Amino acid sequence: MDGRTLWHDLDLTVRAGERVAVAGASGSGKTLLLRTLAGLEPVQAGDLSFQGRALADWPMPAYRARVVYVAQRPALPEGQVEAALRGPFRFRVHRHQPFPLDRARELLVMLGRDGKFLQQRTERLSGGEAQIVAMLRALLIAPDVLLLDEPTASLDARAVAAVEALVNGWLQGNPQRACVWTSHDRDQLQRVSDRVLSLEAVA
Amino acid sequence: MKAGYINLDNWQLGFAALLIVLNLAISVWLRLGLARSLLVASVRMVVQLLLVGFILDSVFALSTPLPVVGIGVVMAALASVAAVRRTRRRFRGIYWNSLLSTLGAAFVVTGAALAGIINVHPWFAPQYAIPLLGMVLGNLLTGVSLALDRFMLGVARESGVIEGDLALGATRWEAARPLVSEALRTGMVPTINAMMVMGVVSLPGMMTGQMLAGAAPTAAVRYQIVIMFMIAAATALGTLAVILLAFRRLFNKRHQLCAARVQNVEKGDGGN
Repeated sequence: MDGRTLWHDLDLTVRAGERVAVAGASGSGKTLLLRTLAGLEPVQAGDLSFQGRALADWPMPAYRARVVYVAQRPALPEGQVEAALRGPFRFRVHRHQPFPLDRARELLVMLGRDGKFLQQRTERLSGGEAQIVAMLRALLIAPDVLLLDEPTASLDARAVAAVEALVNGWLQGNPQRACVWTSHDRDQLQRVSDRVLSLEAVA
Repeated sequence: MKAGYINLDNWQLGFAALLIVLNLAISVWLRLGLARSLLVASVRMVVQLLLVGFILDSVFALSTPLPVVGIGVVMAALASVAAVRRTRRRFRGIYWNSLLSTLGAAFVVTGAALAGIINVHPWFAPQYAIPLLGMVLGNLLTGVSLALDRFMLGVARESGVIEGDLALGATRWEAARPLVSEALRTGMVPTINAMMVMGVVSLPGMMTGQMLAGAAPTAAVRYQIVIMFMIAAATALGTLAVILLAFRRLFNKRHQLCAARVQNVEKGDGGN
């Protein structure tokens, strides 16, 4: 990126059921790593594969339907929260599945929000609420792998616990699922991961 | 040429130039600081128009299609450059995209009108081809520049939403569609507005010119109707083409948004 090498000799394998944390100082490339795993950045050198198939051989939308990246400061489309959640179900890769409104309500309850939250406008949401909506958007399309970039950075302690519980519950729902998580909070990384990958900036 | 109108001599032009003194007086009185630009603009306008008059005199005498088409290409190229120069965000290849869209849309529509609607003989008769092409290009370039500007603004401002959709499995087209529609709408608005008030608020220049030259108003409006439909069609075609080309440039086949390809220009200059 911009002529800098952020990391080399990076070898990461995420197995089914695993929770991997990525730690590192600001600017060490945690976000870039997750975006690369999500196929949003061209890989400059190296190989990436998912389920034994090289990333280059995956149709991108099909791959991203299963390996979903949630940005640290997610931008949501203008309009009501419910419309933002429904949006992805109009994409060709998700068209075969109906929008699970009941599941959305259920997840919201776990996060301490009632049904009225669905009628709120996304432009009015706080940073933490936007993170929650982005997380729901990702969970509702039922991916195999979640790539979470500081998903609780703007949340208060109670909401952090709720999100952690939500992700753990989702992982236990199917042994094929896995999660990669970045955070500045060392304690949190201990709680939400089975192992930690440390990125150190190239001197 | 038979003159159904009054030919203007140099003295009459000189008296008309005196009207600019009115502008100068206002500028000096209110200290607008416009006196210099007014003078430069006036001189440029006079020189450019006199020159173009001489050139067109010889162009209208042309009897083979190739030089007429050549002049058309030069006009389209100038319009396409002017369209890009009004945008604030650009990418490599934007000039080519603009040239391809402007040239293609203007030639297809003007050609169809000359050969298929007005039935000019020969089809390239410069007296028809050049002014019609000029009017189409003048309006087309506004549409192309507005649409491009809106599209690039969207890519810059809404990259988070676009990438959010891509990350959830949207194809590049699904992710960019709202932006493409918005850009096309923005490009078409001036033409639609112009048609809305045409004849009520504005009397178009071409129509006025034909009437001054002795044409009956009922005949002049017929030409104006044809030219407005030509402008509308060319603008739709040209803006669609330029936005699709920009889309292909900024969203790659791997359904990635290449926002780094967008460069900010300090400020879009007016061009002329």
